[in-house]
Amino acid sequence: MESTKKTIIVFSGDLDKALAAFIIANGAAAMGDEVTMFFTFWGLNILRRQDAPSHQKGFLQGMFGGMMPRGSTRLGLSKMNFGGMGAGMMRKVMRQEHVASLEELIQIARDQGVKMIACTMSMDVLGFREDELIDGLEFAGVATYLGEADEANVNLFI
Amino acid sequence: MTTAELSSTQADKVVDARGTSCPGPILAAKKGIVDVKVGGIMAVLATDGGTKKDLPAWAKKTGHDFLGVIEEQGYFKLFVRRAK
Repeated sequence: MESTKKTIIVFSGDLDKALAAFIIANGAAAMGDEVTMFFTFWGLNILRRQDAPSHQKGFLQGMFGGMMPRGSTRLGLSKMNFGGMGAGMMRKVMRQEHVASLEELIQIARDQGVKMIACTMSMDVLGFREDELIDGLEFAGVATYLGEADEANVNLFI
Repeated sequence: MTTAELSSTQADKVVDARGTSCPGPILAAKKGIVDVKVGGIMAVLATDGGTKKDLPAWAKKTGHDFLGVIEEQGYFKLFVRRAK
């Protein structure tokens, strides 16, 4: 079968949904497909650095930054989160079952050349600067994503 | 290939993905296949049961021949022939 392209929109900033997105992305890349992940809205939280430099921001954007999870290790579950306890339990069970952690999956995706694009419009709304997100991202908008999706035979919204 | 034939098949490379879960075994297969010459055989060892379906799908997609699987003590041994 010919190598094809897959695009995944990562809209959610929930741990479980981020895991699903990265497992599919890594699986597709392992099968020889080109993969583009487009991170928008809450999905950008997955890409936040823990050690982000501080910036002068508007009041609401400062609030967003302070209240949303800062990076992949801080994400909660979409269900049964129980104020973060659920996410901790999920990570524990996954370690026991030898499932790769979200951080490992992100690293594997980079090693496999999965293209990760951060939506600049969402970044403006939520008040994230480029240096507040992890390295190796591209910064673009909906047209770039649509251009990639045109060439893809699978497109997921997670 | 039959189980008996597979049992006596000598793999040119053995990839140990035991203990890893989806998508670990196919990631291991992708890394391993490049070390096998065209026509050579790679054996993938896996404990994740889904691999029995996933590795044939991976082989079909990537253009290699899935030869079959044998069950060892507590794990599966899956054979792929590099076709290109």
